[in-house]
Amino acid sequence: MEKLKSFWKRNWVGYFFLTPWLFGLFALSAIPMGASLYLSFTNYDMFTSPVWAGFENYSSMMQDSKWQSAIKVTISYVFLGVPLQLIFALSVALLLNRGIRGIKFYRAIYYVPSLFGGSVAIALLWRQLFGREGVVNVILSHFGIEGMNWIATPDTALYTLIILKVWQFGAPMVIFLAGLKQVPVELYEASKIDGAGKWKQFLKITLPLITPVVFFNLVMQIIAAFQAFTPAYIVSGGSGGPLDSTLFYTLYLYQKGFGHFQMGYASAMAWFLLIMISILTALVFVTSKKWVYYQE
Amino acid sequence: MKKANPQVVTGLIYHDKSASSPKLNALFIHMVIILAGFAMIYPLLWLISASFKPNTEIFQSISFFPTTFTFENYSQGWAGLSGIGFDKFFANTFFLVAMCIIGNIIACSMAAYAFARLEFALRKLWFAIMLVTMMLPFHVTVIPQYIIFNKLDLINTYWPLILPKFLAVEGFFVFLIVQFVRSIPRDLDEAVKIDGCGPIKMYLYLIMPLALPAIITTTIFTFIWIWNDFFGQLLYISEIQLYTVALGLRMFLDAMGQNSWGALFAMSTLSLIPLFTVFIFFQRYLIEGITTGGLKG
Repeated sequence: MEKLKSFWKRNWVGYFFLTPWLFGLFALSAIPMGASLYLSFTNYDMFTSPVWAGFENYSSMMQDSKWQSAIKVTISYVFLGVPLQLIFALSVALLLNRGIRGIKFYRAIYYVPSLFGGSVAIALLWRQLFGREGVVNVILSHFGIEGMNWIATPDTALYTLIILKVWQFGAPMVIFLAGLKQVPVELYEASKIDGAGKWKQFLKITLPLITPVVFFNLVMQIIAAFQAFTPAYIVSGGSGGPLDSTLFYTLYLYQKGFGHFQMGYASAMAWFLLIMISILTALVFVTSKKWVYYQE
Repeated sequence: MKKANPQVVTGLIYHDKSASSPKLNALFIHMVIILAGFAMIYPLLWLISASFKPNTEIFQSISFFPTTFTFENYSQGWAGLSGIGFDKFFANTFFLVAMCIIGNIIACSMAAYAFARLEFALRKLWFAIMLVTMMLPFHVTVIPQYIIFNKLDLINTYWPLILPKFLAVEGFFVFLIVQFVRSIPRDLDEAVKIDGCGPIKMYLYLIMPLALPAIITTTIFTFIWIWNDFFGQLLYISEIQLYTVALGLRMFLDAMGQNSWGALFAMSTLSLIPLFTVFIFFQRYLIEGITTGGLKG
């Protein structure tokens, strides 16, 4: 009893301040996670009680051609969109990081697409820009190239969304800029004396020293890209079309769970997503020992 | 002695060259940056100009200057659909954003204060769990969350969107404030303790005021994320009375289709103004937030 009293005395303040967070952790994260794991092994439509189904959802998922398209679309989006976005962000950061005047102003301008990029308004705009009579085609026609409806063509629809992703390069750019500032100037001066050219300086000094920032950006953007939803939903009108070419994983999950009320199937999809993201992030973490260079 | 002159001259020439070429170089870089920057925000400029063009002109020209300048898109768009206008949608969104901001500030700063300043059992474990939840995809919890809110009869209210904020579900903000509070010197704590302040008073009168920059950053990010959010709002809100701007735009698109791009662009432009305003005034905090913790999306 005495022990309990003193334990309470030492700990109550901390737990008092932690209460909202702890409650949220259990009520909105931990228990729902467990519940969705359970539901993923059942058939559940929200109106009747869940019926145990074993691995049925998982096995039918693997054979579902729409699910396979969703995986394909999402993987292409992540594996093309993220590297392109990061390369672009780094190039712009290098361009801005030359000790020129007005860098804050320029940084702000280049950040604006990131600020707006995730909104419904921009997704709407994209739908117009790449449409049959859109601005992109008008510009192309000036160069004598005949355009097409980029959004309605299965082969190109996903690329318009990848361009939208790359266009939102502002956040990683800001992080790259912060990283580039940390690179000691003396290193460049020393290498200049040794006769190293710009390209060599970039490969031998800049790039190794900013690998921690590259690593951070890579992890964050992979996680974010897997969860992208708004652009695909708006651009395809919620269908993921044409021919499932923009059927993002999260969009299909939404259709299954909240369109068809196949909550069990959607839960299985959610857990598959979690495992997929975890494996990929773990891979990046494991390989990071080989390519991320930490000073000291 | 005179023989030395040519050398001096060449030296001078050399010197001149190196002085003028960085200048030219800098000018060149500025030009490249400005041109590329223009290309980057071209779609936004086009959006704004299209919102002032009559519908027939929107698809004809890529130029910024409408041949006939009209406000009709704005008045048509503002009127909205089925009697509910964008004034309602904007008011709804501002209300939602305000509630989420209050929730995030209270709950996240409380958790952050506990993690950064207080001693209690299992602190490190909880902190590690908090970091893990930051990486968790929303989708593994959303289905049971929806079922819970449905059982509580809270679908078509703002509660499913607001309540999580009052429970500090957004680990990013807890982390952000923890980082900031850790940088506040401990000497101040001691001084306040001697004055007889307990931990609760210390939180209210010392830590919160000093952590104001982190609180502002939390406010800005909450504003931007809730304003740009679509998935959560789409999921929980289906009653038009409660529509946010994002949902209003979506509905507009579905209902009017190709016939009123002008009105759609006008409302899209308006929907970006609050974001831009916040960005202009609080850019510093935004940049700081991105560099401390990284940014989703």
